[in-house]
Amino acid sequence: MNVAIVKYNAGNIGSVENAVRRMGIEPMVTDDVEKIQSADRVIFPGQGEAHSTMTYLKAHRLDEVIVGLKQPVLGICIGMQLLCRHSEEQDTDCLGVFDVDVKRFIPLQHEDKVPQMGWNTIEDTKTALFEGFDKPEFVYFIHSFYVPTCDWTIATTNYIQPYSSALHKDNFYATQFHPEKSGQVGEQILKNFIEL
Amino acid sequence: MAKRIIPCLDIKDGQTVKGTNFVNLRQAGDPIELGKLYSEQGADELVYLDITASHEGRKTFTELVKRIAQEINIPFTVGGGINELSDVDRLLNAGADKVSINSAALRRPELIDEIAKNFGSQVCVVAIDAKCEDDTVHENGDPRIDGDWVCYVNGGRVPTQYKLFDWAKEANERGAGEILFTSMNHDGVKRGFADAALRKLADSLTIPVIASGGAGAKEHFRDTFLNGHSDAALAASVFHFGEIPIPELKQYLQGEGVNVRL
Repeated sequence: MNVAIVKYNAGNIGSVENAVRRMGIEPMVTDDVEKIQSADRVIFPGQGEAHSTMTYLKAHRLDEVIVGLKQPVLGICIGMQLLCRHSEEQDTDCLGVFDVDVKRFIPLQHEDKVPQMGWNTIEDTKTALFEGFDKPEFVYFIHSFYVPTCDWTIATTNYIQPYSSALHKDNFYATQFHPEKSGQVGEQILKNFIEL
Repeated sequence: MAKRIIPCLDIKDGQTVKGTNFVNLRQAGDPIELGKLYSEQGADELVYLDITASHEGRKTFTELVKRIAQEINIPFTVGGGINELSDVDRLLNAGADKVSINSAALRRPELIDEIAKNFGSQVCVVAIDAKCEDDTVHENGDPRIDGDWVCYVNGGRVPTQYKLFDWAKEANERGAGEILFTSMNHDGVKRGFADAALRKLADSLTIPVIASGGAGAKEHFRDTFLNGHSDAALAASVFHFGEIPIPELKQYLQGEGVNVRL
């Protein structure tokens, strides 16, 4: 199993690398187009800000490469948001795999702290990415922007309002939460992705 | 969002300092074995605090952080001896999810702005050690919140001009992602967290507040979540000595109406 992790100017990539290693797979962290295109699985991870990461992806031609991938792809956190059409973060046009716009959390009360940081549940999970999940499970989130529920929603989370905590379309999967930091539940999700 | 339970491990020269009575650990002093055990038991985050002073110790700790990041599958914060941006960079590069700064932020508050700008607010935990100097208020073990809470540096040894609520608000405004408040009046006493002060912090700040100092019984965790409005609770000895097993604590909290991750 050949797993490529897209290397770009986002943080937290090492955490995903460590998580894949814990599954007994040695991943390639790379921005090499051929290596990414020929991998069995591609993970597009990261923590960061939409505008500067999109600028970097375009400058390195990784935008076209990611959109054109045919093997299973997993976007994580900013990776998921970048796979959407547009983000309110710095009014950024993104990759457009998922035809939905990324919004900023607007707090309704004092308890609605932004960013959402910590453990929250995913519900109504669908697809093989969540194989074996039959009840709401806690996963780890850090984010200030969210994807509303839409046709591609395969998991929902409630924070301020219900929103998409995971998306799926064709070979593209994406999670707003960090499976690499979500304990055993997160490990199961990564394992499911590898076994798709 | 679930309330978080956070065991804190003090590290000196790469080993946990306070003893533990976990008989099932191969090596009781191994910070990674202990962290893994806590993670499996349901800890929501871990804090590793480097209490080594020497330069050699710093390097050992950085190596340890790399190994923790390889082995542990939940978020972890590191603190101790972080004085400048390059320390933050080094520890985040080693794989820490967050850094906790204390004395350095009181000496040079701009450090908070710099961390937030360079790495994002979410990595910046501002730890505050404060003591209520009004000694007339201890009848029920919980100092009045209107007493003067003085912030201390150097591990609680040196008082500063800063007052808790002012400093916490300033840290919040400068871009801290969380406040970790340790009440020196409550720390080690095991009679509960400083819930009145914690509540005032949690209700006035726009960022999560972590309660620290005073955990001695399961009820204390319930109280700090329900009455103190804390977002997370940190403790060391009650976990290290097995006085409060984490699975039992979480079951109890759920029964008391606290949203916890089970």
